[in-house]
Amino acid sequence: MPALARYALALGDDALVLSHRFGEWVSRAPQLEEDVALANIGLDLLGQGRSLLTYAGEVEGQGRDEDALAYLREERDYLSCHLVELENGDFAFTIARMLVFSTYQHALYSALSSSTDPMLAAVAAKAVKEVDYHRDHATEWTLRLGDGTDESHHRMQAAVDEVRKYADELFDTAWIPVELLESGAAVDVSALHDGCRRSWESVLECATLSLPEVVPAVGGGRRGVHDVRMGYLLAEMQHLHRSHPGASW
Amino acid sequence: MNATTTRSARAREVAATVLDPEVPVLTIDDLGILRDVRVDDDGAVEVDLTPTYSGCPAVEAIETDVEAALVAAGFTDVRVRRVLAPAWTTDWISDDGRRKLLEYGIAPPSGTRPVGPVLVQLGVRCPQCGSPRTSELSRFGSTACKALWRCDDCREPFDHFKVLR
Repeated sequence: MPALARYALALGDDALVLSHRFGEWVSRAPQLEEDVALANIGLDLLGQGRSLLTYAGEVEGQGRDEDALAYLREERDYLSCHLVELENGDFAFTIARMLVFSTYQHALYSALSSSTDPMLAAVAAKAVKEVDYHRDHATEWTLRLGDGTDESHHRMQAAVDEVRKYADELFDTAWIPVELLESGAAVDVSALHDGCRRSWESVLECATLSLPEVVPAVGGGRRGVHDVRMGYLLAEMQHLHRSHPGASW
Repeated sequence: MNATTTRSARAREVAATVLDPEVPVLTIDDLGILRDVRVDDDGAVEVDLTPTYSGCPAVEAIETDVEAALVAAGFTDVRVRRVLAPAWTTDWISDDGRRKLLEYGIAPPSGTRPVGPVLVQLGVRCPQCGSPRTSELSRFGSTACKALWRCDDCREPFDHFKVLR
């Protein structure tokens, strides 16, 4: 697969996999408004994922469309990071992950909107405005839960501690093809880390929470090595399409 | 005006009448998502549409509706392109569109996007009674482009078309 296709695919896989996790909240969120919010956030991510997967397929030039890439790849061909694959956990975990990931995605898309690749730039310029709302939403809940009851504070801090272990993989540049970094098509994500960290810390501080120092989890998503929970996610996501090839409605 | 220019204008007129299926008082022209309509010398029409949100589920329906409207108007060779850049913004909703939204009971996009950890949004009036005393119930509403609000005077809930820029 060409370097550009692989890059678009990895970004698209992050969005697609996390959109699936948000979809799992529908009908289970703490309140009706939150059902709607999480579904909408998932829908934004799904739209971003579709654009990126479609583009990856076009660049690859083997006739694979978004559906072929989403539903007919094996786990080892997925390039998503582990953070998006983790199960939803409790509501605090979902919010902590949303805070960490949307802050990263906002920085990523902001930078990518001046990519030398016009299609990546266009997808990013559109997506960054959507992610801005996701980050706001995560911020509001982080403040409310962190600075809430003893129970909500405790669970929110536990969630931040857990999510933090998986954050470093987002800023790993090693997997990004050097030619894409040199041409300015891809973003050097390692340069985004400090800004994201400051942003997380400012929200956490307001929420009476802290960002712990942790031993990072072993990543590998960009090489196709995934969290154990990824297989279950794909089984559910791909089941309908594989059982009924070409199904539409 | 030559024949192609006249046909272009006619094709645009037809495409511009297509309604947004999720807010069926707004045309796609009011909404600002109809970006361009071109007719070449052979009469082939190319329409550029831009989605409001990346994941807007109405996009496919709108594309089909535009194609159907043009075919019904006698254009046989129609192609609809989805263009992402420049990204859509609520600033592209026309004044007419804003008026129609208000009459339909949806508060048009207004105020500025809140920034920073303290989130305060200003200036959304109730579309039912006009009161400025309103509060946000949920930043995410019935569709990606709307938020759910409530009027603190008449107590009616209403949709607010979110500012996106």
